[in-house]
Amino acid sequence: MNIVVCVKQVPDTNEVKLDPVKGTLIREGVPSIMNPDDKAGLEAALTIKDETGAKVTVVSMGPPQADEVCREALAMGADEAILVTDRAFGGADTWATSTTIAAAVNMLDYDLIITGRQAIDGDTAQVGPQIAEHLNLPNVSYADDIKVEGDSVVVKRIYDDRYHMVKVQMPCLITALGEMNTPRYMTPGGVFDAYREKEVKVWGLADIDVDTDNIGLKGSPTRVFKSFPKALKAPGTVVTPESPQEAADFIVEKLKEKFVI
Amino acid sequence: MSIQDYKGVFTFAQQVDNEITPVSFELIGKGKELAADIGCDVTAVLLGSGVAGLADELAAYGADRVIVVDAPELEVYTTEPYVHAFVDIINKYKPEICLFGATAIGRDMAPRVSARVHTGLTADCTKLEINPDDKGLMMTRPAFGGNIMATILCSNHRPQMSTVRPGVMQKLPKDDSHKAEVINETVDGLADHVNVEVLEVVKAVAEKMNIQDAKVLVSGGRGMGSPENFKMLEDLADVLGGTIACSRPCVDNGWLPKDRQVGQTGQTVRPNVYFACGISGAIQHLAGMEESDIIIAINKDESAPMIAAADYGIVGDALKIVPLLTEALKKELA
Repeated sequence: MNIVVCVKQVPDTNEVKLDPVKGTLIREGVPSIMNPDDKAGLEAALTIKDETGAKVTVVSMGPPQADEVCREALAMGADEAILVTDRAFGGADTWATSTTIAAAVNMLDYDLIITGRQAIDGDTAQVGPQIAEHLNLPNVSYADDIKVEGDSVVVKRIYDDRYHMVKVQMPCLITALGEMNTPRYMTPGGVFDAYREKEVKVWGLADIDVDTDNIGLKGSPTRVFKSFPKALKAPGTVVTPESPQEAADFIVEKLKEKFVI
Repeated sequence: MSIQDYKGVFTFAQQVDNEITPVSFELIGKGKELAADIGCDVTAVLLGSGVAGLADELAAYGADRVIVVDAPELEVYTTEPYVHAFVDIINKYKPEICLFGATAIGRDMAPRVSARVHTGLTADCTKLEINPDDKGLMMTRPAFGGNIMATILCSNHRPQMSTVRPGVMQKLPKDDSHKAEVINETVDGLADHVNVEVLEVVKAVAEKMNIQDAKVLVSGGRGMGSPENFKMLEDLADVLGGTIACSRPCVDNGWLPKDRQVGQTGQTVRPNVYFACGISGAIQHLAGMEESDIIIAINKDESAPMIAAADYGIVGDALKIVPLLTEALKKELA
């Protein structure tokens, strides 16, 4: 059985700070990490590998430094890693990104494709289902559990107020929730192998079969027109009451003023 | 055909168990504003099984037209039959704008629809406007974990598609006298598009008020110290007819279930009053509640971003203040 896991290197947005005066992002010093939902998807794949001996191949699209997440995936136990990188892929929206990744995955043998539900830098949750669409595969999103049963997978699919247990025949694509599991750590031996023994294959435009009209900025139906810091609202009233009782009375007074009570 | 030939605003009328999901009404409300700026109608697209009776409700919230696809394959949501049906409607009617709720269904369905019809999709929009110059849709959404806002255009492809965060747009007041033209459509070959088998549907037991419906939210953060201390927040919420919510660390620590979480990875709320007790105010949290009418923050740390974001920032210990506040309110309301 062949499992392909798509992973993205993202800035750790929890570590991003705003310049309090200008309201702009401070990008310096923000660490890059493997996207959490993707990492859970990788863990799910590695669990299946532990049980069935499946081969796990990681595919990452990004700039050359995304090599780091490929190595991390190898160190966790992935068998192969492919970095899809080319200037021609830059500036892609989700449509063009999914087209590119689908073209890369299409070069591989796969029974099951796992992606994260969404990446923390974009939060769109679009690329997984769109890869499935380009490959004409069924997809199940928001997976909280994935089990292989014969030539099918049984997935616990989370909705807003319920979950469904669904069964889908392979080949198919599943998008994983970060809450699904706790990803394993890299082992010291794994790290050694990832950097010394194993190779990250680098694929550019020439290595995949894709229409150049459908990739990069040019192939993207959407454009960022502008980006801007959030509007700051007028500052409120800050008080430091002498006692908890005074604080409680202050709140009651304000709720009365505003006709809440 | 050129992009000028695409006409009308279409909204996906999501239903679960034959009950319309609230965001569907919000989409119609927003759709009406956009349609007024363009000079067109709003059509709600209702997919399901035995759902025809829901069309009147969509009309009451402002839909000019309701297209109904009623088929047994659409009874319980699975991706492919829904995508196939919606794409069929797009191909037939050629709308210029399609809006979906950014729900666990909309965020699965809309990406595949957009990929199939080869158009752009902007996720989780918090603002939608028509550009007065070219009548194009300007879609604004939080990016980078809610740290910045980005306005996205889809100039050369149609329909222009976006998912919209529940709780952000306003629905119109219900008007039962407002009627819509109802069109029943049949989609061919739906049975061939069933490729996922639903083995079991398990509903979460909702014993508490949904945090998006609450007029008053009493929300706690890491500063509450323990899950036991949320009892005092519940007492306060009870007095004011509200419910409790929390920030992400409380969910990560297992203090409260995920359905209580406010923020970028939780839910967006805009209650009349939002109490933030012991919440420091990470950007991701603020993104989910800053549209609340009145924000009251209680925090020991004067420099907490939540204090700065609040209408009333009270520097003090929530654990001591909240029980006294509850007592004081009980007296006021007695």
